[in-house]
Order: sequence, then C-alpha cells, then structure tokens
Amino acid sequence: MTQARLLLPQRVAPGEVVKARLLVAHPMETGYLQDLAGKTIPRNIIRELSCEYGGRQVFRVEPSSGIAGNPLFEFCFRAQFSGELLVRWVDDEGRVGQLRQSLRVQPAA
Amino acid sequence: MFSGTLLSLSQMLDPLVRGRPLSESGLRLELPVLADNGLLVPVRVVVDSPMTESDHVTHLYLLSQRNPVTQMAVFHLGPWSGRAEVATRLRLAGSQKVVALARMSDDTYRWRQAEVIVTESACVDGS
Amino acid sequence: MRSSLCALWLLLLPLLVVAQQRVLPLDQLRSGLHFAGSDVRALQADEFGNPGQLALQRGEQRWSEAVGPAGKSCFQCHGGVAQSMRGVAARYPAVDARSGRLLNLEDRIAQCRQVHQQGPALVLESEDLLALSLYVTRASAGLPLRVEVSGPASAHLLEGERLFMQRRGQLNLACTHCHDQNQGRRFYTDALSQGQPNAYPLYRLEWQKLGSLERRLRGCLVGVRAELPDWGALEMRQLALYLGWRGAGLPVEAPAVRK
Repeated sequence: MTQARLLLPQRVAPGEVVKARLLVAHPMETGYLQDLAGKTIPRNIIRELSCEYGGRQVFRVEPSSGIAGNPLFEFCFRAQFSGELLVRWVDDEGRVGQLRQSLRVQPAA
Repeated sequence: MFSGTLLSLSQMLDPLVRGRPLSESGLRLELPVLADNGLLVPVRVVVDSPMTESDHVTHLYLLSQRNPVTQMAVFHLGPWSGRAEVATRLRLAGSQKVVALARMSDDTYRWRQAEVIVTESACVDGS
Repeated sequence: MRSSLCALWLLLLPLLVVAQQRVLPLDQLRSGLHFAGSDVRALQADEFGNPGQLALQRGEQRWSEAVGPAGKSCFQCHGGVAQSMRGVAARYPAVDARSGRLLNLEDRIAQCRQVHQQGPALVLESEDLLALSLYVTRASAGLPLRVEVSGPASAHLLEGERLFMQRRGQLNLACTHCHDQNQGRRFYTDALSQGQPNAYPLYRLEWQKLGSLERRLRGCLVGVRAELPDWGALEMRQLALYLGWRGAGLPVEAPAVRK
C-alpha cells in the first residue's frame, strides 16, 4: 500500500519558487539489522525518487541506507502554471510507489 | 560493514571532484551538533546560486565519514529548481563528519563539512 | 445496621487503598517530551513532517475500511472519530464490561474487530492495529489521562504497583529505581524520564516506526536483562494501569515522537 504525503503551498503566484515537503512511508531497511530470531532483515531501500511537474522532472534523489526510515525530502521548484505533481519512487524490491497532487497557480490579484 | 573506519576528507571528496576546482564558500550545511538518535538526523543544505540556465547546481551529494555506504544521497537539481535548497533526514552510524558537496553547472565544486556527535541509547532496545 | 456499616466499609476500602501518597505530586508530572532533546521536540511539533503522521493517515484509512462478512467499517458504528472517541484513550487500560478482562486500547480495538466486525484479526503490534490505536488516541490529544482505578480495576492497580516496585532481571532493578528515584539524571547519555504513558502509541526513532506502550515496557525489561512475558500478558496491562494512575492529569500526546 503506497503511502506518502506532500505539502505544497495553497496559493502560488506564477514564477514563484515553491518549497515542497514530502514524507514517504518506507522502512528503508539497511540490510544490516537482524530480527529477534537472528535472521538478517534483507536490504530494501528506495533507490530513486523523482517528482514531475507538468510532465517535466523537477526533482530527483538517489538515497542509500544512509537516509532515515520513513524519509522526508524537501525540495524547491519554480511554479509557472496550475498542474499536477507526480512523485514516483522505486525500491530495491522493485516496488513502485506514487503520489499525485495538484498545484494551484494563480496570478496575483 | 566498514562503519569502524573513518574516511579522510580526501577519500570522501576526490572520487567525485576528480581534480576540478573546489571551494568551501557559497554552501551552507545545517546539522545538529549532538544528534538525539543516529537513526534520524535532520539535515539541510543551501547553495548560494541564482539557479539560471548558465549558473546553477547540477548535483548535491551528502557524504558520510563513517557509514558503511559513504554516499548517503545525491540530489539532482537544475534551473527548474529555482532555489538550491534540500532537506532530509540522515542515518549516522556513530559520531562523524558529514560533508555536503555541490557540483555547479560549470563543473566546479563547492563543499562544507559538519561534525555530528551521535550517542547510543542507554538501553539497547531488543523489543 | 451493622451489616450495612460492613457494606459501607467494603465499598470504601478500595478508595482507601488507592488514596495513598502519590509518588509524583501533580505539579511535578512531566511528559517524556520534557526530557527529550530539541530535535525530537521539533519532530513532534512538526505538523507535517512528524513521522507519526504517516501512521495516523493509515489509521484514518483503516477507520473507514469495510471489513468482515457484513462489510462493516469503524465509521459505520462510531461515525467520526473526533466526537465518538473523544476521551476514550485517556481512560485505558480499563476493565472491559463484556469480558471482565483488563484491556489496553489495542486489545479493545482488536476485540471490536473480532466481535463486531468479524473481520480478520488485528494482531498485537501490527501496523494496522497501531495505526488505528493512534487514530483513536488522537481524539484524546490534549485531554488528561484518567484511568478508572475503583471497582474491578482496584486489584489490578495494586498488582501494577507491585510490579512497578519489583526488582527484576540480571541488573536487579525495579521501575521505581530509575523513574522515581533517578528521573532527570543521566543514565549513560540518556536523561531518565518519569516513564509516563501519556504519549503512546508513539514513533520511536530507535524503532523507526510506531510502537505501543507494551513494546516500550518490553524494551525496558530487555534493558535490565529480565525475561520477557508473552505479548498480551496481563502483567503488562496491570503495569500500564498503574502508570496511568501515576501519571493521571498529564495531557495525552498524539502523534508523539521519542528517541
């Protein structure tokens, strides 16, 4: 079950730089830990996470085990038009997650 | 696991910088001096750049001196970013230096380091 | 006349028993947040980025999810969580009227799932059960802890207190040694808290996920190198009841973060 939340400002002026906050539910298993039975929990890290806006990539990160579980990412992008943001990520198990959210860009009144 | 060894700054930077010009200014790295828990250490990097077509940050690396995996993350930015600022939460395997390295569009590099003290929890939680 | 006086004494006895000296005066009660570092406090205060928010979101989804042969959701019986569950988490653990057992909030939700929804069992410490527990607890955020300790709960409270004072494990320590006698002092690098239960289930950085009070108590048992009881053990609930009485008045925090 893919789970994430994305925080975008409510109202944005055209050309404004938007700061997005993204929180993704993912264990980011390092592969170094053992469970209580002594069995190594296999590594499962988000290999790549990207954000598209109006069909263009505006952010990409390649994390490793050095990024905390349930990772948070903050990034900026220039907003020109109202449109949809599509965040996609893939992990070591090949599982794909995604989140869509719309951004409203209004000319200043 | 190699988390016992402390890399030198040269070992961390050289493979990425490859002899290109490197400066320590124009980059701000925010990290706590003392981390509550090594499993979640908040970090913010801001690079002083106009983020235009001709002058912008292309890559932002977060490097660990002691973690088993040195490159904790690489961020891909561009003029579309508007602002060269990223934040995330790190996992740090013990007290160490953390390095932020930015590659600029003219193939020059900027970097900054910070020392973070990571203490262990008193009660080892085997729950 | 004599028999009714006897009856009166029997009625009052549980009240007398629990009207004992509070170890921690009300004005000295401190949530674990007070002993936490600035980063942990910032994480908890971060409305958006609080890592517990993901579990809260999950709990919200589960609340509206139809389960079981009759396709019932929590929402169908209870409606909106904010009104129907307001104050509920603050009075758990509690003796369940239906079964007569001492249940914590997770037990109670699992029981509801089994009895009223007849849906797939919610296993203790599973992500779904914890998420629902957090979602219900959120409806009590800011309200004071107030567990019922009279009537059938009084015997459990006494047992809980005994457990709190009992030395255990290879380190031969009781809860009281750290959390009453040495609270605020450093144990290696950690500041010892009062061991308050007002913020559970919470996101513990050490666990990298949400966990229950029972899990945390088990962690303490591991810390003193004691044998662990089975999950769902009565003694864990009795201890939790005592903690709830000891911390009565502390506001519930949800979603909370600790190191």
